[in-house]
Amino acid sequence: MMMSTQGTHFKRNIDEDAMAETEWVISLTEVNKWYGDFHVLKNINLNVSKGERIVVCGPSGSGKSTLIRCVNQLEQHQSGSIVVNGQPLNGNTKALEIVRKDVGMCFQDFNLFPHMTILENLTFAPIWARHMPRDEAISLAKRFLDRVNIAEQSGKYPGQLSGGQQQRAAIARSLCMSPTVMLFDEPTSALDPEMIKEVLDVMTELANDGMTMICVTHEMGFAKSVADRVIFMDGGEIVEQNTPDAFFDNPQVDRTQLFLSQILSH
Amino acid sequence: MTIIFQPAPDLTPPASKVGIFYWARTKLFNNLINSLFTLCGIAILITLTPPLLNWFLFDAVFIGTAETCREGQGACWSFVHAKIKLFLIGPYPMELVWRPITAAALLFGLFFATARHYLSSKKAVIGWMLLPLPIYWLIGGGFGLEVVDTSDWGGLLLTLVLAVAGILASVPIGIVLALGRTAKNTFIKVISVSIIELVRGVPLVTILFMATIMLPLFLPDGVEIGILYRVQFGIILFSSAYIAEVVRGGLQSIDSGQSEAAKALGLNQWMITALIVLPQALKIVIPPLIGRCIALLKDTSLVVVVGLLDFLGIAKAASQDAEWLGFDAEAFVFCAFIYWLLCFSLSRYGRSLEARGQNSH
Repeated sequence: MMMSTQGTHFKRNIDEDAMAETEWVISLTEVNKWYGDFHVLKNINLNVSKGERIVVCGPSGSGKSTLIRCVNQLEQHQSGSIVVNGQPLNGNTKALEIVRKDVGMCFQDFNLFPHMTILENLTFAPIWARHMPRDEAISLAKRFLDRVNIAEQSGKYPGQLSGGQQQRAAIARSLCMSPTVMLFDEPTSALDPEMIKEVLDVMTELANDGMTMICVTHEMGFAKSVADRVIFMDGGEIVEQNTPDAFFDNPQVDRTQLFLSQILSH
Repeated sequence: MTIIFQPAPDLTPPASKVGIFYWARTKLFNNLINSLFTLCGIAILITLTPPLLNWFLFDAVFIGTAETCREGQGACWSFVHAKIKLFLIGPYPMELVWRPITAAALLFGLFFATARHYLSSKKAVIGWMLLPLPIYWLIGGGFGLEVVDTSDWGGLLLTLVLAVAGILASVPIGIVLALGRTAKNTFIKVISVSIIELVRGVPLVTILFMATIMLPLFLPDGVEIGILYRVQFGIILFSSAYIAEVVRGGLQSIDSGQSEAAKALGLNQWMITALIVLPQALKIVIPPLIGRCIALLKDTSLVVVVGLLDFLGIAKAASQDAEWLGFDAEAFVFCAFIYWLLCFSLSRYGRSLEARGQNSH
């Protein structure tokens, strides 16, 4: 069954219509965003179900970072509606704080707090946002540090860790809030090639554990092995979306083919 | 079969060349221009040092009367000794001198404990916030102690009271003004900007005049506050505006990713500002912040224009004493030395704060 999103045709194995609305964790409907006069997101329609792993790719300036930043309202959309975990994002700050506690985000430049140790970075949000007792927060943090394999770094400051370790610490920091959705904004783009693997391994393990995630990345190997759906964006629009196999083997739109040929050639 | 890579063992670097002649050759005389500079510097030192040493030490009179001093060639330190009570506490009653001494002991004790980091940051902040209470009680009196009116406070006592109270009040107020200037609420922003720009556009002397003359007009009838408190208000207002701008510079330098990460974790704006942005910003602006505190300490000398006799004012007044005429230089040199001691201590404290801050980055 075809859905005429943005007027482009594509084959898909996932039938969004057949799914009940209440199963959608994230739902973007006719979302538009402008930076001044610049139309950066054009009529975005996207529905993410629980446990779905989505990879968003596209050339720079296509709006993919803006898209996921709109999901937790680090950018605000001007028209259309975004609903996360049943909560519409319409400017209500109290509701937004609740949504943000359930949506974790990892940034390209990690954004760890440099004036706190790694352990303090991880316990900070549970203590101050979820009002968790200190001891409980510390044992929770240690568990997640273990899970991302940097348990021995807990007493160090972020500046003393390598890029890969910092990004894993940032992922652990988001996980300490027990989010239902994880957003990744080019998590490996600022890393040395040797460290990309260790971060992607953590993300793969997270995905295999059933985490709903939207990941903006250029790592096509990760997309092929982990994603349920690959979305290609250009010029603020979703140009094509499909399962990884269909997307990489049989791109439907010539713009997608051009992009894939550029990034898969080296 | 793969070749196993064994890295070469680390060698020790070559022993650096040492020795005074090597140092002199490389640091002082390594080329023609530097050699000329060195020779000029040596010439200046040779010309200036003996006369200065003579005046300060060898020809100076340490014990004696004014006549002994005038006969001598050097500094008259017995003048300073004779007037020391005036320099330190001004017209404060001599029989109650134990009170300013205790207050000074509290102040310097707390400063020493803070500077040597014997106290945790939280305890230090609480200590400093509570310090004004015993200080004002000891020096001013009341609640069981004999009252000493603020017009009898003078000399170094007055300078320290004005400076310490000024610093303790203007740093928090400056931070609040800086946050107000970056606030979203337009009303708060306009008030903060107005205060900052008005106060910064006017010399401190003018603010002191305005505080002493205009403040009573704003108070309800019958309520009177002593001139010391009006002057204190002026100093705090002046310093807060400058500190606000210093802190705002620090706030702006914090990467927006920090507050974005904190927002993404679900924290509200107050927590983000207080726990993430402000600690980092304050760490960055320690040098200019300490600079403003040092400037405040020295700016207290301007209160002489509204009739208060602080350390410098009293030094000048003391040198006009009929018995000890002609020893202005000694008075001002002593003043300068004590000011330098206080300012340098602050500066060293700032450096130690910066050094501690480096450990965590």
